[in-house]
Amino acid sequence: MVSAPTPDATPLALSLRDISKRFGATQALDRSTLNVRRGTLHALLGENGAGKTTLMRLAFGMAKPDTGTIQVDGQLCVWRSSADALRAGVGMVHQHFLLVPAMTVAENISLGRGGMFSGFDPRAAAERVAALVAETGLAIDPTARAGELPVGAQQRLEILKALSHDARVLILDEPTAVLSPQETQDLYAWLRRFVESGRTVVLITHKVREALQIADDITVLRRGRTVLQVPAKDASEIEVLAALLGEATTLTAPHVRTPAHLSAVPVLTVDDVRVRDSRGTDRLKGVKVRVFGGEILGVAGVEGAGQLELLRVMAGRCAPYAGSATRPAQIGFVPEDRHRDAVIGAWTLVENFALKDAGTASGTLAWRGYAARAEAGVRTQDVRTNSVHNSMASLSGGNQQKFVLARELEGAPAALIVENPTRGLDVRAASQVLDALRAARDAGVAVVIHSSDLDELFSVSDRMVVCFAGTVRDVAVDRHAVGRAMVGLT
Amino acid sequence: MTTHTERRSHSWRQLLPPVVVAAAVVGVIVLVIVAGHHDIAQSFQAFWRGSFGSAYAFWSATLVRATPLTLLGLAVALAFRSGVMNIGAEGQFLAGASAASALALSGIGGTLVLWVAVPAAILAGALWAAIAGWLRRRFGVLEVISTLMLNFVAQYLVSYLVRGPLQEPTHVYPQTETFSTSAHLPLLISGQRLHFGYAIALVLALALWWMFRSTALGFRLRAVGAGPAAAASAGHVVVPRVMFTAFLLSGAIAGLAGGVEVTGVTYALYEGISPGFGYTAIAVALLARLHPLAVIGTGIFFGALEAGAAAMQRDAGVPFQFVAVVEALVVLGVIALEWSRSRGEVRP
Repeated sequence: MVSAPTPDATPLALSLRDISKRFGATQALDRSTLNVRRGTLHALLGENGAGKTTLMRLAFGMAKPDTGTIQVDGQLCVWRSSADALRAGVGMVHQHFLLVPAMTVAENISLGRGGMFSGFDPRAAAERVAALVAETGLAIDPTARAGELPVGAQQRLEILKALSHDARVLILDEPTAVLSPQETQDLYAWLRRFVESGRTVVLITHKVREALQIADDITVLRRGRTVLQVPAKDASEIEVLAALLGEATTLTAPHVRTPAHLSAVPVLTVDDVRVRDSRGTDRLKGVKVRVFGGEILGVAGVEGAGQLELLRVMAGRCAPYAGSATRPAQIGFVPEDRHRDAVIGAWTLVENFALKDAGTASGTLAWRGYAARAEAGVRTQDVRTNSVHNSMASLSGGNQQKFVLARELEGAPAALIVENPTRGLDVRAASQVLDALRAARDAGVAVVIHSSDLDELFSVSDRMVVCFAGTVRDVAVDRHAVGRAMVGLT
Repeated sequence: MTTHTERRSHSWRQLLPPVVVAAAVVGVIVLVIVAGHHDIAQSFQAFWRGSFGSAYAFWSATLVRATPLTLLGLAVALAFRSGVMNIGAEGQFLAGASAASALALSGIGGTLVLWVAVPAAILAGALWAAIAGWLRRRFGVLEVISTLMLNFVAQYLVSYLVRGPLQEPTHVYPQTETFSTSAHLPLLISGQRLHFGYAIALVLALALWWMFRSTALGFRLRAVGAGPAAAASAGHVVVPRVMFTAFLLSGAIAGLAGGVEVTGVTYALYEGISPGFGYTAIAVALLARLHPLAVIGTGIFFGALEAGAAAMQRDAGVPFQFVAVVEALVVLGVIALEWSRSRGEVRP
């Protein structure tokens, strides 16, 4: 299966051969190979933990391979650091952005250039960045502070940072995970133009359909090994999924909507709710939503349309300045930024389980009770770990998310609010998470989900509403109708 | 077989950084002594005599020094674990010492004056920290700056008190008169200078360890320190309120340290009452990795260091300031160790 590089004679921009890398007891990469033709968009697919990110970190000089060779434009390279890789024309945009929030766009791009004692001329930097913006067509204000930019713009800034080093090979790690559908389309269109100008892109992703649509070539990693290298036009979705999952996997059958047993009265009601952000802009302009027990309400919306504020009002994490929201006493909440808002990585699973009571507990804590509850949660949601006394950080993203779900579903809450629950998860974990939502719905819980992945919303929602510019509208569970509503058309 | 060698190389690698750091610290100490043209053997002998070399050195020098360092180390460890960067233990110590002195001299409470003076010290320390806590909560002023600045305010407050309202009756010396014996903490061992304050420090270390491990309050404090956003979102913790509590508790302990020092050791208030205990306490807490029980050990370590250094200055002429060099090295060493540890854990 690990076959000779390329069928045609296009020279290779990036070639990684027989790369192995070990972290402690884990063999992260096992003689894996990646050949990227110049001027193409190459998708690197794999489940979480398959070694995609590790392989690209090696290609970018962030670590050294134990064995194997790295070639850029046919030249054998041994990186001492990322600076070497940048100099050789390899740039990388990480999944978790590496920006200085307090600095402007121009300052972020200029960071790390020049010697220790060379001066910094803000105006020259701004001009250089403006030129770069014009040249690349990535719209961004050079004087804006990085921390105040929306996620999509932060990502454009990361790309600009890489390009400012004249990157000829651009590696992007799960770039669409944080983007709205429209932003994703824009990014893909831009990447296409970028490779047509003769440069090269490696896209780390786990979205098979998107990869097949946009990429020229596809490489699939499984458990650190290269298991499939094909041109995208020759590959089928089933074939790629089979390589990805490593077993004769049938695609999850399209979700059959079971006639739901709805509760007689709504579990959650939001009436004329208005929410204002710290800058004084109204994010929700008097919205009205009812959610019944036994249904999954899908909330769609482009970034900043008010869907996150709506979910947070429902979850009791955001106070409206006008209107009212009635909530059940017990409510589960799965925030989109798991590392920041849901768990504490350095803590054990037991401590993270007890975290849900941190604000309300008094006196002493019954650790044995929490250990038993954490064990029970780990069992019900199939969290893979050998002990509940392991640290949260030792779990994979998918297992962390299943753990959060277990914690939030414990004690039979009447409602469950989830934001982008499968973001960054591999195919298997994502489907387990969605199954858990369906199971909760079947048990009578009122489930509200927002996802920037519309396919996911359609697969799981019984009913949908769309947020647009701070208003909320009921929409049929129909791709066309939702798409129109998301851009404000009726 | 592979796992066996792996485990061994693993533990060997874990052991290496502390050994390197310890060797570097000793190396620099030797360098400082040699650079000052002092006799190394004589210096180390003096150091040993002053710290552990005799029962008197241990009970009456090392542990007496360790008492404020342990209490203040606990104050700093509590704050740091709760995500509050209180580097104002020095100022809170002085506030506590001032309040205790004022009450000890006032004679309020008669023979039970200690039962008034020591609680007053606790209260004064908490209030001093509450200023920084309020500034943080109301205006978002970073406590690193406000607590540090308040240290200087406290220092000048002590200067004012010992030259003004609390000055001894002859108005010659910038200090208070000596407290009456009813305001002296009892001694722990007859014939030694070690006082009841050290017992308080030990009990408090145990209490804080238990609080962080078993109580809801300790858990909240830890949650706010380890992940404020997760504590607020997943745990419904009112983060600003819990942080304010951490300010109060940390300040209260530092104030207690001040009260204990004036009623247990000096029996009077004067300007140089703290040779930077509050700053050394940061090293005490960091070296203990913010663990309350480990603070007992690092408190003794730094107590011995200061007691030994005092003897070195007396007998070998090595300037006492060399302690500051060692403390700085320890802080840098701890940071280097944390860095090497976290670097070893980096995984994609």
